[in-house]
Amino acid sequence: MHRDRAASSQRWHIQVSPRRPDLDGHGRDVLADVRQIGLEHIEGVRSSRVYLLEGRLLESDVRLLAEELLCDPVAEVFEVREGFARRDDIDGAIEVHPLPGVMNPAALSTLDAAGRLLASQGRSQARVEAVQTARRYVILGARNAPELEQIAARVLANNCIETWFIRGFGRSDPIPDALPTPRERPFELRHIPIRRLTDDELTRLSREAHLFLSLSEMRTIRDHFDKLNREPTDLELETLAQTWSEHCVHKTFRSSIVYRGEDFGRPGTIEVRFDNLLKDTIVAATAKLNRDWCLSVFVDNAGIVAFDEEYGIAFKVETHNHPSAIEPYGGAATGVGGCIRDIMGCGLGAKPIASTDVFCLAPPDFDPTRLPAGVLHPRRVLKGVVGGVRDYGNRMGIPTVNGAIYFDERYLANPLVFCGCIGLIPRDRILKEPRFGDLIVVAGGRTGRDGIHGATFSSAELTEQHADEFSHAVQIGNAIEEKKLLDALLIARDDSDGCLYSAVTDCGAGGLSSAVGEMGAELGAVVDLEKAPLKYAGLRYDEIWISEAQERMVFAVSPDRIDRFLSVFAEEEVEATVIGTFTDDRILRVRYKGQSVGELDMAFLHNGLPRTVRTASWTSQPRSSTPGCYKTVTSDIANDTLLQTLSSLNIASKEWVIRQYDHEVQGRSVIKPLVGTGFGPSDAAVLRPRYTSYRGIAIGCGLCPEWTDVDPYWMAVRTIDEALRNVVCVGGDPERTSILDNFCWPKCDCEESLGALVRACRGASDAAVAYGLPFISGKDSLNNEFSMSADEARRTGLPQSIAIPGTLLVSALAQIEDVRHCVSMDLKEPGNRLILASAPVDRHGMEKARSIHHLVSHCIRDGKVRSAHDVSDGGLATALAEMCIASGLGAVIDMPQEYDRHSMFTPVATTYVLEMKQVDADASGFPIIGQMTNLPRLSISQGASRWIDLGVEEMARAWRSPLAQGGGH
Amino acid sequence: MADVRVLVIRAAGINCDEEVMHAWRLAGASPSLVHVNTLAGKPAMLDDYSILTIPGGFSYGDDIAAGAILARRLQDDLAARLRAFVNGGGGILGICNGFQVLVKMGLLPGGEFGRDKVTVTFNASAKFEARWVRLQVCTACCPYLQEGNVLEMPVEHAEGKVVTADDTVTDKLLGTGRVALRYVDDDGRHDVYPANPNGSTAGIAGLCDSTGRVFGLMPHPDRHFDHTQHPHWTRRNNPTRPPDGLTVFQNAVRFWSS
Repeated sequence: MHRDRAASSQRWHIQVSPRRPDLDGHGRDVLADVRQIGLEHIEGVRSSRVYLLEGRLLESDVRLLAEELLCDPVAEVFEVREGFARRDDIDGAIEVHPLPGVMNPAALSTLDAAGRLLASQGRSQARVEAVQTARRYVILGARNAPELEQIAARVLANNCIETWFIRGFGRSDPIPDALPTPRERPFELRHIPIRRLTDDELTRLSREAHLFLSLSEMRTIRDHFDKLNREPTDLELETLAQTWSEHCVHKTFRSSIVYRGEDFGRPGTIEVRFDNLLKDTIVAATAKLNRDWCLSVFVDNAGIVAFDEEYGIAFKVETHNHPSAIEPYGGAATGVGGCIRDIMGCGLGAKPIASTDVFCLAPPDFDPTRLPAGVLHPRRVLKGVVGGVRDYGNRMGIPTVNGAIYFDERYLANPLVFCGCIGLIPRDRILKEPRFGDLIVVAGGRTGRDGIHGATFSSAELTEQHADEFSHAVQIGNAIEEKKLLDALLIARDDSDGCLYSAVTDCGAGGLSSAVGEMGAELGAVVDLEKAPLKYAGLRYDEIWISEAQERMVFAVSPDRIDRFLSVFAEEEVEATVIGTFTDDRILRVRYKGQSVGELDMAFLHNGLPRTVRTASWTSQPRSSTPGCYKTVTSDIANDTLLQTLSSLNIASKEWVIRQYDHEVQGRSVIKPLVGTGFGPSDAAVLRPRYTSYRGIAIGCGLCPEWTDVDPYWMAVRTIDEALRNVVCVGGDPERTSILDNFCWPKCDCEESLGALVRACRGASDAAVAYGLPFISGKDSLNNEFSMSADEARRTGLPQSIAIPGTLLVSALAQIEDVRHCVSMDLKEPGNRLILASAPVDRHGMEKARSIHHLVSHCIRDGKVRSAHDVSDGGLATALAEMCIASGLGAVIDMPQEYDRHSMFTPVATTYVLEMKQVDADASGFPIIGQMTNLPRLSISQGASRWIDLGVEEMARAWRSPLAQGGGH
Repeated sequence: MADVRVLVIRAAGINCDEEVMHAWRLAGASPSLVHVNTLAGKPAMLDDYSILTIPGGFSYGDDIAAGAILARRLQDDLAARLRAFVNGGGGILGICNGFQVLVKMGLLPGGEFGRDKVTVTFNASAKFEARWVRLQVCTACCPYLQEGNVLEMPVEHAEGKVVTADDTVTDKLLGTGRVALRYVDDDGRHDVYPANPNGSTAGIAGLCDSTGRVFGLMPHPDRHFDHTQHPHWTRRNNPTRPPDGLTVFQNAVRFWSS
């Protein structure tokens, strides 16, 4: 955020504040959070923005900047002071500054805009050299300095990326009087002696250097370099660690596994060997189904299916769990940004048209006194991840159209953040291949020290210390940089002379090391690291190579197109720089200022990883047949049970979150996340990708980790069933539905936990084959466990090690021939009949279940269905209640005699509630369970016995209140 | 009817250009998408167009304040040229971020109402908010609108609250027809959340200048150019009139082609 600075620089502090307290919405927001942490006596919070300026600036220059650029003359007032260390005597002021080196997009924009303004006003003597932005708060009613410290640490700032200065009650933290200047470091090539190390020493090196490699992997590397008769450089070791990380190669999923235990979906025990778990289950299902509309599966950054003659749809879902645990806002934002880049870097580039997001978190009302050290409170995590998705997605102009939030205490220290992105790609832009002689171009944001060790970090188990040790793995996003990069990429892709590059990929985990290493795997590459543009001086060569600084992509550009390519990027104000060349010797050569800093054989880098054979087991012990969290009916009238179910966190309205996302930008939205006059929960989103056609896509998801506790096999089957039901409900075609898998699992270091994963994989592949749903892309995140000291466990009353429940997210993408035939879940017309379409899912049932999905879909697409809703969490009673809430209309239900009232709240797979006109209902062959009424009341009975009788308003209140303010207030 | 040429501005962070282009095309205009740098380098190109549109988005990240940096840029590079364009009969339409830019440049409400009289700032809720709203057309002098109509379209913004320096300014704006659109609920009230989604003074959702040809609004007419975009389209049967958002563009094409 600075240019070269002169010795005579002057420093100015500009504070911009709301003119009146009623204009200080941010202050009110902070006040609510402060009271939430128990400081009820705080009377008010006044917020201000602060700009710290360095440069050749007179006071009149600074006032001009404040008046004409930084301060709104109607809504705000400003104060200008010389020097950064404010001298005021207000008790209770807190100033929050970003830590040095942390990405600050607002400071960059301000530096640029301030320079332009001074120039346009003819102030040629003036010069802004550096800008930092900060936030300032005055806490009214605080009683002492420790309270201020608590507010700063728990509400205002995150010490991974920010620092704070407190004034008041005798405390006066010294604010540094100058912005930090990066230190130049002399070049020094470092080798890591490894050839003589014992097993113990190898293990220690892996841990201390944050390589997270196993002993057998360390031995393989030692032997490789021993054969070469030299020691590896630090860069070589880092490159291997990144490339071989669980995050990048999915060692567990690709390992060879012998499974012994309960059979899959039928009684008895078996022993079976998987040569490669992923290939033998998920990938095999897709191969078996062999659909010609799957255009690109499991080979690129995203899966691609055909949309129409000209276009394909790309879909990818990523996780960003570990970074979000430490810094929820930045972690979620860069998760969104990274997944969008996967779509931009898929084929020769797809245009992102929608995003999805799913969070698994601990309940926001978790007792704060039981929070383990090093863990953020779930309410803060929720606010942070929602804010991150909101700010990145909205700024990119990509609608966030579908998602879910699932609460379970076991996600306390390992929140899960799934980010999905969908893109539209011309079918003649799917194939890419870098060629010998192509130049390697890095484009987009500059490289900084942010996000170092992200790939290896995300493959590790979290501990109390991780928040400190890995704060450098935190990344802060700059959505506008990525938007510019997207604009430039699409112009270069669609150049009138054809695509201006031969391949592209995003710079994600592992940074340049992964991007260049993967792109050049079949060729070889030579890279000159000093050419990479840097955010600030002082980065070492290995830091440049593995930095995960955001908003960067790597292109392969033929030398005869490079001038045109660079000029397109320059016009869009996106920095693009040639840093190397693809060769043909299958060697990765990395240089810094002409000197070799790494030379790795591509064959060893990509194929040298030792394969492991592991054993897995699963004993069929008596387990409960349904998850413990489900409610059963205990009294004759179950009104209270329904109200409690509607206001349970997993079912309650997520409107507070959804309204913070722009879900309509780009104008493609057909079925929105909130539907009907009562804003009911839509089963899936529908989009119209091309303005010139009514052909559409439906996007939905399935998630039921509570079933993992019963049996991961059936959990996976149910999850796929749920994802399919959701897209079928809005009008999606089950014959043209593809799915994506995201496994988030605890450690798989023992036979039983690996056995659980094996069962989930088999359940997923069996259901995919039975339902005819090819997997097109997937990702996994393992080791989602947290360990704490025995003392800490005693203090909090939590187990010393907390493992998440094995979690599988299945995202579904269905085609829709004509979106004008779609339906939503809100009830439409009094007098219409409600029918129940269902089939049991068991080992005999998957074929039957498949036929139900298809029958329901035909009824919908034939225009016979006025509304449709999937029966999932909370069972049939909840589904009916939600349909009433969404429309403000009522229903009278009379259940058939054979229906067991105890299952009213149990989620049953393959079950739909459909609204039809009487004549269509009669002809449908499905049982009619009731009819709709004008009276806004839901009554459910069986003959003379009344089970539920509740007004719609009362149900709506129960459903809306729990998360109305993000779980607070 | 004469061909109506529309220049749609693009800049870093503008992200609603695609749907705005499409809405203009549907309405029968001929839109061109031009980067702000290109326009700044060749301002005379404006003479070839009837209407300039600034679409929504987060220009330059909305760093400092929404629209502030793009407003500053247009002010410094093109202010005089834009005034001449309007005086010569041209129109300017600013949607969402484009509206914020026009207000922060002082082009809206314009004239006696300078930058120090009216602004757009953070929503009362301090949050980004997406929802559909009803808008009452309150002026007779804006060629994009028909007085008396009620329009439905979505708002999606964090900084959409219109604030005036004092009540006199508000009254004057209302009295002189500069308040083009007001949020309205079923009972005709302008100040009740969530019908007024951001706490805007007097429920102001859109403003025009004294000629009516410069018009800006926080809601998105560009997201209601097709019936399937309306949140309740699955509850309705065969609509007979065009989608409300599209009418904004159609009215303009009718005005500038005659």
